[in-house]
Amino acid sequence: MYALFVLVPFLSSFILNLPFRKVNKRLSCGVCAVLFLLQMAVSIIPGLGLDKINPAVLANIFNFDLGVDVLSKVMLFCIGLVALVTLCANSLFLKDSDDKFNFINILLIAVAGMNGIVLAKDIFSLYIFLEITAVASFILIAFNREELGLEGAFKYILLSSIASVLMIAGIALFFLVSASTHFSAIHSALLAQDKSLLINLAMALFLAALFIKAGLMPFHGWVPDAYTAAPAAASVFLAGIITKTAGIYVLIRILVSITGFSLSIKSVLLFIGAFSAIIGALAALTQSDFKRMLSYSSISQMGYIILGVGAGTALGLAGAALHIFNHAVFKSLLFVNSAAVEQALGSRDIHKMGGLGSQMPITSLTSVLGSLSCAGIPPLAGFWSKLIIIIALWSAGYQTYAVIAILGSILTLAYFLCLQRSVFFGKLNAEFKHIKEAGFSLVFPALLLAVIIVGAGIFLPLVLDKFILSFNTVLGG
Amino acid sequence: MLSAIFVVLLLAIGIYCILATYNLLRVLIGIEILIKAVTLLIIAAGRQNGNMALAQAMVVSIIVMEVVIMTIAVGVVLGIHLHSNSLDSRNIRKLKG
Amino acid sequence: MFLDLIILILLVLTALWTVMTRSLLRASLGLALASAILTLIMFNMGASLAAVLELSVCAGLIPVLFISVISLTQPLTFKEALEHMHSRMARFWVLPLIVIILGVILVLISVKFKAPLPAAQTPDSARFVLWHLRQFDLLGQIIILFGGVFGVVVLFKERKKSA
Repeated sequence: MYALFVLVPFLSSFILNLPFRKVNKRLSCGVCAVLFLLQMAVSIIPGLGLDKINPAVLANIFNFDLGVDVLSKVMLFCIGLVALVTLCANSLFLKDSDDKFNFINILLIAVAGMNGIVLAKDIFSLYIFLEITAVASFILIAFNREELGLEGAFKYILLSSIASVLMIAGIALFFLVSASTHFSAIHSALLAQDKSLLINLAMALFLAALFIKAGLMPFHGWVPDAYTAAPAAASVFLAGIITKTAGIYVLIRILVSITGFSLSIKSVLLFIGAFSAIIGALAALTQSDFKRMLSYSSISQMGYIILGVGAGTALGLAGAALHIFNHAVFKSLLFVNSAAVEQALGSRDIHKMGGLGSQMPITSLTSVLGSLSCAGIPPLAGFWSKLIIIIALWSAGYQTYAVIAILGSILTLAYFLCLQRSVFFGKLNAEFKHIKEAGFSLVFPALLLAVIIVGAGIFLPLVLDKFILSFNTVLGG
Repeated sequence: MLSAIFVVLLLAIGIYCILATYNLLRVLIGIEILIKAVTLLIIAAGRQNGNMALAQAMVVSIIVMEVVIMTIAVGVVLGIHLHSNSLDSRNIRKLKG
Repeated sequence: MFLDLIILILLVLTALWTVMTRSLLRASLGLALASAILTLIMFNMGASLAAVLELSVCAGLIPVLFISVISLTQPLTFKEALEHMHSRMARFWVLPLIVIILGVILVLISVKFKAPLPAAQTPDSARFVLWHLRQFDLLGQIIILFGGVFGVVVLFKERKKSA
């Protein structure tokens, strides 16, 4: 019955395309919203769970091999949330109903792909659904067919294809060693043999491929171009969930289920994580384009998550998963705000902006909340995940990396304060006196995400210990 | 394994093609050569392993995905050509920073 | 064994020609030829199902795709083509050298290298594995084909207003 997570988005996209297209077009937005809300609810609330549906019904027709644990549930919730936000943000930007319909269909396919990634228990199926997500994101970036968008899409296609080739090479080497592609089979084959050159080569290929997909330094070349050039709703989706699922979740799953945390892998992860966190933050300080600065900030936060993973303990994994959730929320919020600003002003140059806080109060308030959460200020949600990562690094014995993480946090606060001051506070530029607050379809997701940030920040300490303990099972199995 | 040598050679040819060319379509040809190299690697691994059936199933899936990716990449290249009327990769340097 | 070696060397030579030839059209044909040689290799190794698909798709569909794109885009003038050819040679002449040196290094390394032993296998047929054991992959393939159709609709459809 976990297959429903993949089958339902795909089948609804299929059904929406049958005849009666006029009715379908009007219904499609509502159907999509209901679907994503359902996904969010089912993945979090245990009572509403899928165990109620009799598994035997589906198992007679299909023979899927899927599995879910705490990490997958966190990812499913984030996927549903960011998809819902993208759906709302999209309504303002695409006026043509044909375009909107195509966008919704591609969004459904991307969601089906990502659900497949987090549910798969076989490394080759993981790869196939990764490619589905990649194809959907290529189309989303190139959606408007403008010059910049196509250029960003081409760079992304190139680097993503190279990463895919490296990943298939790694899968082939794992297949050579273990004669199967199932996680447990590869794991037992790796335990039975000692560390040979082939296994290390396969791990190195996988790590290189996943660093490219996650947009970490030094493979981050495609990230600023793709995020900036994509249409606004596609940027929200890309930054909010795709890079994280395609890169970081797959990395965690492979480390946990197949190879385990050896010392060399941990040191590579810690180094690349620290490098991305610091250099990404420094690069973000020098940007003058709103979305470009946010994309370098994304690179820096990915580095943070990898630092959490590199600690190698259950606490580190819990911190990383929590930061994945927080990043999905606040980065989507910031991108929605940038979309609102871009739509009101027509440009993204932050040096030309100023004092927008008086004209767009909701956007500036939610933007301040999102920035403070990213920088890790209590009592917002971002504080908890950064704290857990720093504590995990310290207690695992990597004190220098914990200090580097704190330094990265300070740099994050610095560039976000710069951003907020030059965009929303200060003196209002004369030509912008007539702009109004963004429409409902951009205000609603911003408010929703801001409420989640504040709510999660206040209520998280209550469930934190249960959450962290459940990661022991992730690490064990 | 004999084929492993040739797989690495093909990978080197494909990567060199992507790095040294100025034409967008040749970049796609380079990606194609890379995909052929890893297809050969999977089949060679299957033969070494004995599990040829699983290797063939994997290759079938990879070929399907390769077709879809190439179609979309070709669509993007055509769009770029519509805008700037050339396929030179030195022209698509508008995104900087 | 000797036949394997000959066909593999032929594959590398064809790939080299594909990369180094100056005309894009010949490069696409070289790609088709390389796919055909790869099909021979796969037949030789016993992968008949995959070989047939490789021949029909990669030696048929994809070169047709490339050739149709080439025919839609503008050719160079004669003078441009000549200086383009010179700059190409300057960039690409080093590739055969790299391939030969790399080949020699790899042969020397592989003499000392021990390949892992194969596990005992049940001889399933590829069709059985594909249709019964890997159904999730099949679902993935259907989804990606669907996505590809949408990509074509989004990317190739004519705009109602001018871009």
